[in-house]
Amino acid sequence: MATLEIHDLRVTVEADNATKEILKGVDLTVKQGETHAIMGPNGSGKSTLAYSLAGHPKYTVTGGTVTLDGEDVLAMTVDERARAGVFLAMQYPVEIPGVSVSNFLRTSATAVRGEAPKLRTWVKEVKEAMEHLHMDPSFAERNVNEGFSGGEKKRHEILQLELLKPSIAILDETDSGLDVDALRIVSEGVNRVRENGEVGTLLITHYTRILRYIKPDFVHVFSAGRIVESGGAELADKLEEEGYESYVKGGAAA
Amino acid sequence: MAENTPAGSTTDGAITVGQPVEQPADARVSAAPSYDVADFPVPNGREEEWRFTPLERLRGLHDGTAEATGSLRVEVTAPEAVTVQTVDRTDPRVGKAGKPVDRVVAQAFSAFEKASVISVPKDTVLTEPVRISVHGEGGVAYGHQVVEVGAFAEAVVVLDHTGDTTLAANVEFLVGDGAKLTVVSVQDWADTAVHVAQHTALVGRDASFKSVVVTFGGDVVRLHPRVVYGATGGEADLFGLYFTDRGQHQEHRLFIDHDTPHCRSNVAYKGALQGQDAHAVWIGDVLIRAAAEGTDTYELNRNLVLTDGARVDSVPNLEIETGEIVGAGHASATGRFEDEQLFYLMSRGIRAEDARRLVVRGFFGELVQQIGLPDLEERLMAKIDTELEAAVG
Repeated sequence: MATLEIHDLRVTVEADNATKEILKGVDLTVKQGETHAIMGPNGSGKSTLAYSLAGHPKYTVTGGTVTLDGEDVLAMTVDERARAGVFLAMQYPVEIPGVSVSNFLRTSATAVRGEAPKLRTWVKEVKEAMEHLHMDPSFAERNVNEGFSGGEKKRHEILQLELLKPSIAILDETDSGLDVDALRIVSEGVNRVRENGEVGTLLITHYTRILRYIKPDFVHVFSAGRIVESGGAELADKLEEEGYESYVKGGAAA
Repeated sequence: MAENTPAGSTTDGAITVGQPVEQPADARVSAAPSYDVADFPVPNGREEEWRFTPLERLRGLHDGTAEATGSLRVEVTAPEAVTVQTVDRTDPRVGKAGKPVDRVVAQAFSAFEKASVISVPKDTVLTEPVRISVHGEGGVAYGHQVVEVGAFAEAVVVLDHTGDTTLAANVEFLVGDGAKLTVVSVQDWADTAVHVAQHTALVGRDASFKSVVVTFGGDVVRLHPRVVYGATGGEADLFGLYFTDRGQHQEHRLFIDHDTPHCRSNVAYKGALQGQDAHAVWIGDVLIRAAAEGTDTYELNRNLVLTDGARVDSVPNLEIETGEIVGAGHASATGRFEDEQLFYLMSRGIRAEDARRLVVRGFFGELVQQIGLPDLEERLMAKIDTELEAAVG
């Protein structure tokens, strides 16, 4: 059973010739089958957590540990982490001119699965996954993220989630910029992946809206670089009513 | 990839529209085209046409000190219908497509001993390509070749350059009325070679000329692909692909002279660069003269910089002296393989070297398909992979 354990994670970033500590000791354990929502105000470090787990070179880990089933994730390169089962659905996926979606998906599935998927079953698999996400077949021939609308980018991220079947899925503000219809379609995709019970999900969001579609088992409030409160789904209701104000003040005082 | 030093690149461009042309594209140079090397001053590197070129690496081709001491092995393989002749400079076909435009190619014209003329008779449609293999065996050489395709004939000519040399040459393409000629010129030189050449096509009435220039090798390669139209209805497609490695200078200076009504031209050059002091230069000059009504032209240059330390100079110039045209446009862009793109691909399990290959193959793929020569497609993609592996290793 896949378990991601984050212990006392500390991360800095270089900005304006100064080193700034963004994550100040994050502790979190995500087990297969569980869904954890991480909620917090802008600038609290939620996205830094997501990118640090994926291994973005911009962030420097200065302390703490991250393990996946006991393996040291921090010692792995970005691609090794993905092959080990960590997937990050990005808030701002980048354009890759000249590389078609279909070529990209197949290359990445081959890398993650360790062998090229059989062509016939693969074509069917992609077609079905795209239909579920209400994506036109012509989408596969477009270049990765090039000229995609906000909603198309997010669907494309969730399409990859469905095809790559990670053991830990980190969804970084997947709900941002989506209208209600797109949010529902994307959430359904996430739920299909969750239903097989094989993925541990870390759902990072600013708003409670997406939690109406994706029910979390745990909710954590993130502020000033650490988790300041944890609870069940009811904690999200409290945030819905009260906002982050009390946490922001608390964080500033700390 | 380190992200501190951005790759140097300049992309200037100009579109001039209107009657008064103080400096037509072809007259920005320091001397008018001529067959005689003496008509050109020895360049000092500040001239418009020489400012990007490392003169000190031309081994004397530009200042008259390079004596023809070397040898080239030239082999022509052609279908039976084709005639191959060796002629001297008095042959009327020699110099017919146009005059040399800079001192080095004028030097080549003044210095060559014998020219070879490859002729495809009129109405002959070749089913196999003509292959001209030029292999440098060291030293300095001057060359002259003419490919003549008769009216309504169709031919593909592959000009393959390998080995080590210091070569200045002129290659002329005389495309007869209604004829179709495709020329593939591959510069697959050893890393020590110096190659300066002018490739001039004279496109006949309703004729089609397609040029595919592929430059991978050489220390310095400087080519002038040029098109002039002899009569109305001519078409020219100029494709180019270059992969500029560490320390290499690869320069392509195109000129399309629309002096005749109802002709079409289309230019698409793409290059990838990697390594310290890799330098690619692309100059695309298109001149639509007042008489050239109904002209349709488009030129494009794209560069992909893969590492720090590489430099691109891309300068499209479009000059339009008549408003009675179908279309005219240009585009030039130099992009970098960004760290964020690499991160995105790697975050999907793709290894760094595979990510780079995916992007570079994608970058060239569209152009390679456009070329429409399946044999060449495979060879080019394989060669691109080799270039990439050389860089990673």
